[in-house]
Order: sequence, then structure tokens, then C-alpha cells
Amino acid sequence: MTPSDRRDGTAETVRAARAARAVEAVWRIEAARIVATLTRYVGDFGLAEDLAQEALAAALREWPRSGVPGNPGAWLTTAAKRRAIDGWRRREVAERALALVADAQRAHEAEAAEEAPGDPDAIGDDVLRLVFISCHPVLSREAQLALTLRVVGGLTTAQIARAFLLPVPTVQQRIVRAKQKLAAAEVPFELPAAAERGRRLGGVLGVLYLMFSEGHVATSGPDWMRPELAMEALRLARVVAALMPAEPEVHGLVALMAYTASRFSSRIDAEGHPVLLAEQHRASWDRALIGLGDRALERADAQWARRAAGSGAAGRGDAVSGAYTLQARIAACHASAARFADTDWRRIAEIYRELCAVAPSPVAELNRAIAVAEAEGPLVGLELVERLAGERALAAGHLLPSVRGELLARLGRDDEAAAELDRAAALATNARERAVLCEKAAAVRDRDPGASGP
Amino acid sequence: MKYMLIMRAVDQAAVEEYQQRPFEEIIAEMGAYNESMITAGVMVDGAGLSDASEGAVVDFAAEEPVVTDGPYGELRELFNGYWTLEVSSKEEAIEWARRAPLGAGSQIEVRRVTGPEDFPQDNEWIQKEQEWIAEGKARGN
Repeated sequence: MTPSDRRDGTAETVRAARAARAVEAVWRIEAARIVATLTRYVGDFGLAEDLAQEALAAALREWPRSGVPGNPGAWLTTAAKRRAIDGWRRREVAERALALVADAQRAHEAEAAEEAPGDPDAIGDDVLRLVFISCHPVLSREAQLALTLRVVGGLTTAQIARAFLLPVPTVQQRIVRAKQKLAAAEVPFELPAAAERGRRLGGVLGVLYLMFSEGHVATSGPDWMRPELAMEALRLARVVAALMPAEPEVHGLVALMAYTASRFSSRIDAEGHPVLLAEQHRASWDRALIGLGDRALERADAQWARRAAGSGAAGRGDAVSGAYTLQARIAACHASAARFADTDWRRIAEIYRELCAVAPSPVAELNRAIAVAEAEGPLVGLELVERLAGERALAAGHLLPSVRGELLARLGRDDEAAAELDRAAALATNARERAVLCEKAAAVRDRDPGASGP
Repeated sequence: MKYMLIMRAVDQAAVEEYQQRPFEEIIAEMGAYNESMITAGVMVDGAGLSDASEGAVVDFAAEEPVVTDGPYGELRELFNGYWTLEVSSKEEAIEWARRAPLGAGSQIEVRRVTGPEDFPQDNEWIQKEQEWIAEGKARGN
């Protein structure tokens, strides 16, 4: 090998890597539309997904040589359709082929009719079907997450594996099994009936929120956050919001994610340690994402108001809200406070009260106690926290003892505080969180007896 | 990560020729382009700029800044508008830029938007600027 060979080899590698990244970028943008179109074409979601993946593999082989085509989405769709036709030709079971061809013919006619002057609503509905099928209740949460990221988000198996810190074969298996399960359950490629639409949408939003949370606070491992996963969840929530603009909770979820994501860069210090809300450098909060949150929350509020007006029941101005919208309103209170001291804790405590009524949960009660402690003092907050002592949902986690420890510390009850913080540290599963709690416990032990304050 | 797509005219005559089409058509194409980025969940912000004849350029080449009213004589490149996208990679930003309904005479520059992590956080002016932004003083809206 001469030096120039090696140089060419390196240039080749660089070019191939760049092309691969370009293919990935195209795929993220086009995957949902391609898989949706193919599902309509071949009438089988699992097969459509396989064909789409084959087309992606073909692009990864060909585009580094030929360059990215002018209309990459059309290229990929055509490549996949060609594979479908080849597959049918090769297939020996005539019955199946005939059935598929008949489906394809129907689909083709339907498509030709719809595509006439490009019908974005039809493709939009297909993408929405894809969202619902990926989050179908017959699948486990893990399978829903992986499938949604793959077919709606257009992430590759390797990217999904990275996002969840899993080995690639595990993710591959999860996706294969999910498709088998959908096929076995004969889940149709259609929008849920009106009667179950609300419940199914709740499931979709739950998957997206779980995806966001997984990225926002990693439940295990050394990383405090995996922001890429959370940002992907935000993007997908925006996709669903565009597809279902009349659903207030979708906008509420977008707003909640956008506000939360706006604080990402200030949640970790230069050494990678988490920074609590009170100590965050608010100036570095992402104003563009806060703006996005504001606009989404306005849309959520408008849709809730429209519903209230429509139902007539709550027509006297007091619109009922959903859990995501309420949490977004809380996040908006934080976003609009230029300093921690400016936070409107009374309003936040009030919204938490509404949240506990709409979606009762010990965690929401605990957060309400924190807000009340800020608004009315640590003693009032502590009384609310004590009432949660028997809650089984909080018993095993670090949240209750960490809040209790914090409030006891503020009240100057240092020995009790340190013991609670130790308990919280022992229960924390995230290494970074545990470190913060240990530091706090040590700080409480080290300070002068009787001194108070955080 | 945030990227800005900066739309520039590098050949005004060619741009004008490209725009010799019904205004409705241009608006519709641009609208569809914007909508595709909104429905894909990537567009965060964007704005267009009014005609250069309404503007001015302040040039620092000489000892005293020289002001030229539009259309600026020697200036070869006109900044006409921008989009801000939240995307996963530079390639994704480029792929969106490729889809813009523009013709000969136009260019899109793809640039990453800096965040707090790009600057020394202990600098007094950096801190001040961020506080202005946080308090809304530096915002146009």
C-alpha cells in the first residue's frame, strides 16, 4: 500500500461515513411516510417495515457512490416497492401472492386517487395510523418505545440501542417480536374507533412521555440525562400535535417537554453534576424552546376552552384540563420567573392541587407539598409530606426521604435531616442523584448545630 | 442541536428571474416547505426580511463607518431570511436546506446556533447578555 493509496482509502472512508450520515438524516425525515405508504401498498405493516429497511440498506450501499438523489423519499419508496414486487414474483405460495397483489391493486387504486394532486391529509392519516399501531396496547412498553422510535422517528436499530444503553441484538429482537405480536393479534392498520380514540391517544402520549422521561432523567447508569432521546420524544410529540391539532393534551405534552428541555443545558455543571432548579443559571435556559412551550400551551388552553364551551358544563370560564397541560402550566410558571426568588409558588401549589384532582398520584402530592413548603414555609410542607408516609408507591423510592430530609434541614432539625438524606441516597438508583444526596447529607452534618437554611 | 438556515441571494438578477412567477405560487411553495418542517417537529423559528431597498449597510472598511442605503452598490450577497431548526445532526439540517423552494441565484448557509456551552461562563459580559435575554430585554417580541 503506497501512502497515496492510504490517503485515497481514508478519503473513501470519510466520504462513505458522510454519505451514511446523510442517509440517516433522510431516513429520519422520511421513514414514517415511507412505512405508512408501503403499509397501504402491501397491506401488511410488518412486511412494509421489512421492505423499508431493505430500501434503507440499499441507499446505504448506493448513495455513497451516486450521491443523495434529488427526491430521496421517492427513491426509497420506489426501491421498497420494487422489492415488494420482486418478493411477490419469487413467492411460491400463490394464494398469498394473489391476496397481496389484490391488496396492492386496491391500495394502488386508492393511492392513485389520493395522490392525484398530492393529498397531505391522506398521508397524514397514514402516519397517524402508524403512530397508533406502534403504540398498540397488545405491545409491552419497551416494544412500543422501540417500534415508535424506529418507524415513526426513523431511528436506526443502532441509534435506538444507544439511546437505551442496550445491545443492538436486544433491540432487533424487540422489534421483530413486536411485529410478530401485531401480526398474531391481527391488529389492523387503521385509526382507533371514536369510542376508544381517547384511551388509545392516552397510550400514545404515555409512550412519548416515557421516552422523554427516560432521556430526561436516566433511571439507571452513570448518565444523568440522555438529551438526544428526550429531544426525539419532543419532536415526535410535535409530529402527533400536527396530526391531531384539536387534541388539547397533545399540545399540553409538547409544552411540558419544551419547557423541561429548555433547562437541559443548565441542569448539569461543568463536572457533569446535576444542578437543582433553585441553583440553575436561568439565563442559560433555551429561550427558543420556552417560546415553543408558550405557543404549545396557548394552543392547549385554547382547545380546552373550546371543549369547555362545547360541553357547556364548565362554560363559566373554569375549563377542565388534563394532566400534561397542568404540568406544562407549572413548568411555564418556572420559565417565566427570571430568578428562583420570583417563582409564583402559590400559583404552582394551586395548579398541583388541580393536578392531584385530575390525576391523583403520590408523586404529584409530594410535589404539591414542595410547592406549599415554598409558598407557606417548610413546616406546612412537612405536614403534607408526613401524610404521604404510608404511600406504597413512594415507599421504595428516594423521593420521599429526600424531600423530607430537605424540609427537616430547613427547619434546622439537622440530625433527622441527615438520617433522611442518607436513607434517600441509599435508595437512589441513579449514581449522580445519589452523589448529590450524599453531599447534602454531609453538608447538613458539617454545619453549626442550630443553623438553618438550605 | 440548533441550526440556522440562512437564505441569501448571491445573484440578484437570477433571483428576480426565478421570481417571475405568480406571487401566489411562490407563497404556496414556501408555505408548504414551512409546514413540512413544522409537521416534522423540527422548525423552532423563522423570519423573512423585507426588500433591501428599505434597508442600509454600515461598512467598517474605512476609519469612520460608511453608510450605504439599499441596494448597497458593491454588496454581492443579500441576507433575505432564516429558519431555526432543532435537529439531530448537521446532515439533517442540510437535508432540510436542500428541500427549500429556491432557484438559481440563491444559497442557503447552514450554521449551528451557539448555546451557553460554547462560551466561557465566567465572563461578565456573557453573563450579562444571558440575563438580558432571560429578562426578555434582548428579545424582539
